[in-house]
Amino acid sequence: MTTTTSAPAPARRQAENPLTAGQLPTWSPWAILGGALLVGAAIAALVAGASGSRFSIVATAVIGFILYLVAITVVSQLIEGGRKATDRLVTGVVTGAFLLALIPLVSLVVTVIANGMHRFDVEFFTYTMRNIVGEGGGVLHAIVGTLLVTLWAAIISVPVGIFTAIYLVEYGKGRLSQAITFFVDVMTGIPSIVAGLFAYALFALFAGEGVRSGFGGAVALSLLMIPTVVRSTEEMLKLVPNDLREASLALGVPKWLTIAKVVLPTALAGIVTGVTLAIARVIGETAPLLIIAGFTTNMNYNVFDGRMMTLPVFAYNQYVSPGVQEQAYFDRAWTAALVLILIVMLLNIVARLIAHFFAPKAGR
Amino acid sequence: MSKRIEINDLDVYYGAFKAVEGVSLEIEPRSVTAFIGPSGCGKSTVLRTINRMHEVIAGAYVDGEILLDGANLYGPGVDPVNVRRQIGMVFQRPNPFPTMTIRENVLAGVLLNNRRMSKSDQDDLVERSLRGANLWNEVKDRLGIPGSGLSGGQQQRLCIARAIAVSPDVLLMDEPCSALDPISTLAIEDLIEELKQEYTIVIVTHNMQQASRVSDKTAFFNIAGTGKPGKLIEYDETTKMFSNPSVQSTEDYVSGRFG
Amino acid sequence: MTTAAPAATTRAAAPNRPADVIFKAVSTTAGVLILLALAGVAIFLVAQAVPALIGPLPEDDSFWAWVWPLTFGTLWSSFLAMLMAVPIAIAIALFITHYAPRRVASVLGYAIDLLAAIPSVIYGLWGIAVLAPFMQPAYTWLAQNLGWIPLFTPPASGTGRTILTAAIVLAVMVLPIITALCREIFLQTPRLNEEASLALGATRWEMIRMAVLPHGRSGIIASSILGLGRALGETMAVAMVLASAGAVTFVVVGSQNPSTIAANIALRFPEAHGITVNMLIGSGLVLFAITLLVNAISRWIIAKTTVDGGR
Repeated sequence: MTTTTSAPAPARRQAENPLTAGQLPTWSPWAILGGALLVGAAIAALVAGASGSRFSIVATAVIGFILYLVAITVVSQLIEGGRKATDRLVTGVVTGAFLLALIPLVSLVVTVIANGMHRFDVEFFTYTMRNIVGEGGGVLHAIVGTLLVTLWAAIISVPVGIFTAIYLVEYGKGRLSQAITFFVDVMTGIPSIVAGLFAYALFALFAGEGVRSGFGGAVALSLLMIPTVVRSTEEMLKLVPNDLREASLALGVPKWLTIAKVVLPTALAGIVTGVTLAIARVIGETAPLLIIAGFTTNMNYNVFDGRMMTLPVFAYNQYVSPGVQEQAYFDRAWTAALVLILIVMLLNIVARLIAHFFAPKAGR
Repeated sequence: MSKRIEINDLDVYYGAFKAVEGVSLEIEPRSVTAFIGPSGCGKSTVLRTINRMHEVIAGAYVDGEILLDGANLYGPGVDPVNVRRQIGMVFQRPNPFPTMTIRENVLAGVLLNNRRMSKSDQDDLVERSLRGANLWNEVKDRLGIPGSGLSGGQQQRLCIARAIAVSPDVLLMDEPCSALDPISTLAIEDLIEELKQEYTIVIVTHNMQQASRVSDKTAFFNIAGTGKPGKLIEYDETTKMFSNPSVQSTEDYVSGRFG
Repeated sequence: MTTAAPAATTRAAAPNRPADVIFKAVSTTAGVLILLALAGVAIFLVAQAVPALIGPLPEDDSFWAWVWPLTFGTLWSSFLAMLMAVPIAIAIALFITHYAPRRVASVLGYAIDLLAAIPSVIYGLWGIAVLAPFMQPAYTWLAQNLGWIPLFTPPASGTGRTILTAAIVLAVMVLPIITALCREIFLQTPRLNEEASLALGATRWEMIRMAVLPHGRSGIIASSILGLGRALGETMAVAMVLASAGAVTFVVVGSQNPSTIAANIALRFPEAHGITVNMLIGSGLVLFAITLLVNAISRWIIAKTTVDGGR
């Protein structure tokens, strides 16, 4: 369809190209959009003036966008015919939907950064909340808690996940592997709060009602992490060409050494990427930790005993149950959210870099 | 270093499907034997049974015996891993390990098996194997680069070097030149001629000229139709197979009248 | 590996290398461990829920009477969220695959993926601090002018923390999930089909309707249901945004909102003791069952199409 909009052939520069007849010039949608936004702004200003409220950019955009859709459809209908008009309408709607979806992302990031900067200071990263009422204090205990809980979750789920994937790809046949594949799928659907309840039910069995521990949180998180690790590792192992397994087996290398020294190194970058993304996914989990790790204002280095604060729970707790001097609590919540986003983004970037730089280069 | 292979009444199955039926032939040490035949006739399957690589496919098994200097590869308690250490294989497409350098690729068979080896012994082995594969002069200055950085023909010779580094008795080649250009193909064929001095070589090829150029003896396989098992039709001296075969379908095939 | 030859060739029974056996055993154990963990989840949750299911409860008549408003709220909020998210997600996927310039497309895809990576507690903060106040005037207007529609029965909420706000947050959260899957499916549309319709003189939209959407239909359904599963189980965003009163109502702009199972657990569990713990775990079990059902349907659709559809 792009060929029909190209410029007239040079030989007949003056004459009208018959192929472009009955067609809107390429700049016309932009012109109509600009006009529609101007009219939208005018209407919004009028309404704002009449009702005495503030001029609204949102109203301008909404009115302008609707006007654009109507105008482009009508103009195109008149000049280009119905089919083309429908196409232009859909193009407008699809693009509009995309821009609409960007709004929450931008708004969220801007809000978190703007509100989070207030307490993004040294004290925030070096103090706990012990004996803090009102201003001051920090998240050191929550950061330590998050790192410990996530570390233990990784210690549990990475070996289990990778070995399960190895079983599924390299050994699995028949009923057992089908069952495992099916239940890994089931696991991906477990709501995080249910994972928290499970960890509670499990630990309550040994430690009695009201049990809280960081390790319980790690168990809950690994329940969420294992299926992600299994899935991504499985994908990566399947990508390892069978040629390589055969090459190794043909050298008289036993199967387990073939897996350990040929298959795994080849898939390593992909597996590490998958694990990093899985960690990024669970590090922001709040609900299960709220249930089983609980909250505290003190530092706790022992995952096996007592309540343990984590970063997401800290943000939640500060925001929903502020004490006197509300604003200090809100500021801490936002800064904790900012730190959390930074950690998650960092993990995502690291994962992409690993995938990009350490993947084995194909030939050439 | 070189051993004699004897295949006795070999049937190969993939699950319920009988892929190859009733193959019997003897392969002399220090010779090159070519397997030829149309696609799907089971020649690659037979080749893979010689070092039990067919077992990689689930449900594959054989009936019959293959003797390596009189020892049955399918005898009770025989470990396929040990079989493969004595019978090396080169595949259709070059498949160097992408995470390893050229040097590591050559040493792969030795090191993967967790065998300890001094640095100088390793150097000797690398040079010997690469020289054996006619690759030494081309790569001696860049042994540290990944094996996948070489050209297709060089990669295939690297795979041959990797196979002979574990000092096998037999070398199986499954259409080793089908992914290569004519010049690289010629280099591999010359190499086969030299390797014959030390190894028993069995090669599967689709290329008639190649079979007639490199092999001492030729085995022709064929199938009666789809779904039927492949069979060994004729096995004889290469010169005779290509000039005056005793079976009509062999003559049709080698003269290009079908397939 | 050594067991590849079946009974037909018993003589091929080779000695198993100890290392091979150990390695295989470790891998198998890992897989079995997953099965055990899931069985554990089911058993422990049921065991903890039983006292609430049979025993006398302090306030309500029965467990089911107590859990019903929560179940209703869970389903209702997720339904509203899907109503908004699915069309927009399809549009975004189409935009990225068929409208945006090639070079921009992957960057845009990455931006949408980032939405999926943001922790739910942050969506909660954003919903309560930005979205709720932003929506509140709109709710007042709706209740004043369109109050005769049952959805907008006045009085409007004064805080904006209604079930509609919660549903919008949920929609934003499941958007990237649905978009990512739809994108994959749209990209897999057979080139030939697309070119065939373009060669017939179809406009871009006609090509999408003729080739892309029919090919992706079951994929769209499956990914939507997957997104629904996520919305049903979402906890923190709803717990923070929604000001709930435990009512069963379809009004989406008022202050009398139903709560959801997950949010209710998160809000009450930290202070719960005795039979309340059992009741909350019982409601978690109900949630688990619902999401299980939803996910099973989606997997079934995906499996069915990959078998039939081929490529």
